[in-house]
Amino acid sequence: MASSARTAAALLKRTINSSSLQVSSVGLRGIATSPAVEQAAPSSPSSTVNATSSVKTKSQPNLKKFSIYRWNPDENKKPQVQTYTINTNECGPMVLDALIKIKNEVDTGLSFRRSCREGICGSCAMNMDGKNGLACLTKINSDSAKETLITPLPHMFVVKDLVVDMTNFYSQYKSIEPWLKRKTPNKNPGKENYQSEQDRKKLDGMYECILCACCSTSCPSYWWNPEKYLGPAALLHAHRWIADSRDEYTKERLESIDDEFKLYRCHTIMNCANACPKGLNPGLQISKIKKLQATR
Amino acid sequence: MKGRLSGIQKQVLSLHRSLLRAARAKPPETREQIERFVNAEFRKNAAIDKKNYQQIEYLIRRGQKQLEMVRTSDGFSVVEVK
Repeated sequence: MASSARTAAALLKRTINSSSLQVSSVGLRGIATSPAVEQAAPSSPSSTVNATSSVKTKSQPNLKKFSIYRWNPDENKKPQVQTYTINTNECGPMVLDALIKIKNEVDTGLSFRRSCREGICGSCAMNMDGKNGLACLTKINSDSAKETLITPLPHMFVVKDLVVDMTNFYSQYKSIEPWLKRKTPNKNPGKENYQSEQDRKKLDGMYECILCACCSTSCPSYWWNPEKYLGPAALLHAHRWIADSRDEYTKERLESIDDEFKLYRCHTIMNCANACPKGLNPGLQISKIKKLQATR
Repeated sequence: MKGRLSGIQKQVLSLHRSLLRAARAKPPETREQIERFVNAEFRKNAAIDKKNYQQIEYLIRRGQKQLEMVRTSDGFSVVEVK
């Protein structure tokens, strides 16, 4: 048991610790300085003034406070909010850049998930200033007088600091059987199942979902029934397969989620659509499932 | 442990029992290793203050995940930490 538990721990550590983002912040600084250099090139007196003033503002640190939820299961302490002050002039524009800066320079014990830093992987979902979102796509509030509060996704079990337990969320996704199911053999053996352009268009607004859990954890209905209600993310994926022209289990899929709790706990609160960092609308897709259920 | 057990105490005991039961399905050597590990873990965390439910609940969730791992994997062995 210890071996597999430790490999799991090692995996988690690897996703949390490996640092690959230094390059991006350096790159951004390069972009920020290059216009000033170009301006100085034509050698007019005004441009030199410009260049010096920009250097002046750059040297002045822009200190900003970040209050971050901390809890470590190995320490016998209650959860607490810890405040870090960093110079935002020395880091990238996003909240994730600030978190990485804090982890690198201030507190290496801080834990959070991140991977792609460009909104593709959905690892860095967290609650920032009361709004769920991806840390890599959320800009740091430029008002340095205001503290930015960062907490884990609401109503999720915390593993450590900003890392939450996604087991239930993933098992709900698994329960809708998110793969292509066929009854008849493929018409073109050895090839893909073909689909018309119009049929493909029906999947727009659903296939983009990256399962970051921002929507589900912003839904009050999901907060109260996380075990029974599938939540916006899983239901959006359910509709993604129901709407797929190549899938031949549409009826069975509809039957399997035709349940007072699984589907009908959605009361169109629409927090999901507000929270989605990819600009999708899970609430709309759920209403489409309900419509299909009514006409089934 | 006199009188009735609280809900969380029952959960802990039932987790311990399930782990030992799951170990029974393994070959004798592995079974012994699992039992030793499980008992050591429970013994180690027995000192936690009973009001510290947050910590206890976290450990129960972790234990349940590990139980699931014991149940689902075939080629299973315990690496003992020295």
